[in-house]
Amino acid sequence: MDAVKRNIRQFGMPRIIIIAFIVVILIGAVLEGQDMAALISDSLVRVGQNMMLAVAMLPCILVGAGLNMGLAVGIVCGLLGGLLSVQFGLVSWSGFLVAVVLSLVLGGLVGIVYGRLMNMVKGSEMLIGNYMGSAVVYLMCMFWFAAPFTNPTIIWPMGGSGVRTTVPVSDYYEKILNNFLSFQIGGVTIPTGLFLFVFLVCFVVYLFTKSRTGTILRVAGNNPSYAAMSGVNVNRARLIGIALSTMLGALGIVIYAQSYGFYQTYEGPLTMAFTPMAAILLGGATMRNVKIRHAIIGSFLIQTLLTTALPVCNQLFPESNLSEVFRIIISNGIILYALSQAGGESR
Amino acid sequence: MKQVKHILMSNMVPILFGVLCVIGVILSGTPLSTILSDLVNRFDRNILLVLSLIIPVSCGMGMNFGIVLGAMCGQLGLISVTIMGLSGIQGILVAAVIAMVAAIICGFLAGKILNRTKGQEMITSMIVGYFSNGIYQFIFLFVVGGIIKVQSDIILSGGVGIKNTVPLDSMQYALDNLKFFGMDTRVDLFTGILFFAVFFAVFFLIRAALARSFGKTLVVKLAVCLVLAVAAVVMGRMPSMMVTKMLVRIPIPTFLLTIVVCLLIQSFMKTKLGQDMRAIGHDREVAGASGIKVDRTRIIAVIISTVLAAWGQIIFYQNLGTMDAYYGHEKVGTFCVAAILIGGASVKKATIGQAVLGTVLFHLLFNVSPLASQKLFNNSMVGGYFRMTLCYAVIAIALMLHVFETRAKDKELRQ
Repeated sequence: MDAVKRNIRQFGMPRIIIIAFIVVILIGAVLEGQDMAALISDSLVRVGQNMMLAVAMLPCILVGAGLNMGLAVGIVCGLLGGLLSVQFGLVSWSGFLVAVVLSLVLGGLVGIVYGRLMNMVKGSEMLIGNYMGSAVVYLMCMFWFAAPFTNPTIIWPMGGSGVRTTVPVSDYYEKILNNFLSFQIGGVTIPTGLFLFVFLVCFVVYLFTKSRTGTILRVAGNNPSYAAMSGVNVNRARLIGIALSTMLGALGIVIYAQSYGFYQTYEGPLTMAFTPMAAILLGGATMRNVKIRHAIIGSFLIQTLLTTALPVCNQLFPESNLSEVFRIIISNGIILYALSQAGGESR
Repeated sequence: MKQVKHILMSNMVPILFGVLCVIGVILSGTPLSTILSDLVNRFDRNILLVLSLIIPVSCGMGMNFGIVLGAMCGQLGLISVTIMGLSGIQGILVAAVIAMVAAIICGFLAGKILNRTKGQEMITSMIVGYFSNGIYQFIFLFVVGGIIKVQSDIILSGGVGIKNTVPLDSMQYALDNLKFFGMDTRVDLFTGILFFAVFFAVFFLIRAALARSFGKTLVVKLAVCLVLAVAAVVMGRMPSMMVTKMLVRIPIPTFLLTIVVCLLIQSFMKTKLGQDMRAIGHDREVAGASGIKVDRTRIIAVIISTVLAAWGQIIFYQNLGTMDAYYGHEKVGTFCVAAILIGGASVKKATIGQAVLGTVLFHLLFNVSPLASQKLFNNSMVGGYFRMTLCYAVIAIALMLHVFETRAKDKELRQ
């Protein structure tokens, strides 16, 4: 009995609940006669397009700065990079690659500033990061409003200035990764390019965590005072981790947009950080231990759940946003559970 | 000179925002009477919500972003009485009772979670707010009508879930304009000032008589009250003040209730429980070692905060007259925390005065920034974004300052 209990604890209560949920919903989908092939295709696309944002959480946890609640900072960098590439009128691969490079550069630069800020507030990174992120999002709202973009795809059709709330990339690089080498098995479309790209980045991040620098980051995160004594520059390590997290966030939104078809500006990035946070926690990450597989497994679980829940919920309650309510409860529930497990000071 | 500098430095935040407000008022070019009338309304709606933050701060738990939970309980009360078909002050009172019961339960649960995450209370209370928002939406979108069958106008046409906006016309101003022997109590500006000048004069006199200390300050206070009363009477008769008199409405009962709550908070902090809270806020471990039940006291602090916030939300909507059922509570935590921080409070210390000043400054700025941006950029959206940026930036910066202060103190201790 004890062994069962220990196994359950090791596997994690949230994961058991979520998997049970997925099974229930899949059974429901079959009973309702949903198009299972389409459902699985959609799930795969959603998993791929959201995974990078979950991976972006990894370096931040690795260096002991907790979940990157200020991921929105990285996301707006990615938006800016992506919109710039659209503004230049670059289409297809050149447009996508320029967007990737620009967002990485912007994310890196801003990430260094953001990392310095976070180094100043050690111990309260999550709370302050959250409010800093929101402040940046609203600051950028003013920027979007006044930004001197001229491409008619980006600006409002009337009035001739200001960025739209959703900028379509359909004429530029929509689904360029998703469609690359994609093929069908039994009606299920596999977005090969998307997964190739995402797993490539995951592999690079994995190699990074195993490299010398990665080890230094891990040591600095696990035991800062020990690390400092053995000659590690903890602040520099944290700066690298947080900047990397911001860069991956910027990259993540470009990948997201090419799959989704739109860049969501203005208040769009405000709540985007929460599902990735829940994903990596669900995958098994804790504040002390994080691996790349946590981000991958977690993304698969949570995105499959959210995608399959949508049509099933709509069938049960037409014209409702039950699935959105689901998303709020599940992602915040997982974060709350992780916070309470991390435990506070004893007395 | 040094003293002046010290006062300026320690009140940097309110002064800065005061200046911003003045600039905003000038830029907006709106008549003062319009701004004042809006400000009185906004103050009336928000003051109790902001006051609800004070007790957890004194208990060392930081800003309770979880007052969102209380706001939801308040809305639960209002929705219930609307379904029951109650109206007027009766409806408000029943809603307050329902909200209180719900808030005690929610506050207890939130307190339990916060006790498991000591040292991380603020972030946890924030996530608690988001999480319970999901539960709240689930209840009112699907459980009401879906599982619990309800007959009411506010149910969506499909029979499941309640509508986005809940009309509270029958309850609007029920407390603000509580009929007192058939008299209106939501009065014009000058009658309001006269009433409160007399009220405070009597209040100060009684307090002095009870304490048997008639000092110089009492004379000054009484003189101020007298001047205000006379000014109110004189200005109320001036024709040039007619517009102001017509526009600005002072809700006497709500303000009286607010004063009562302030006094209760003050006297509560002097009781044994209040002293325990302060001790815990000062040093949790020492307090625990000296026999104070830390966990229990912290839960009580959260419950009080949640109940006050629930009542605050009811007052908010009885003034507004229509309720945004799904999004009305979402930003309550952020706005109230920003308000009290603008008033000069910190994560470690918050007073009633700071809450009042902060509410005035925050909502003045909130009111004038879209108007000012409309004048400047011919678009009110920029001002809307500007005030949101300020709101979040203020919280972020205040929290950063708190971290710096604690670190400086730690260093001092070590040396």
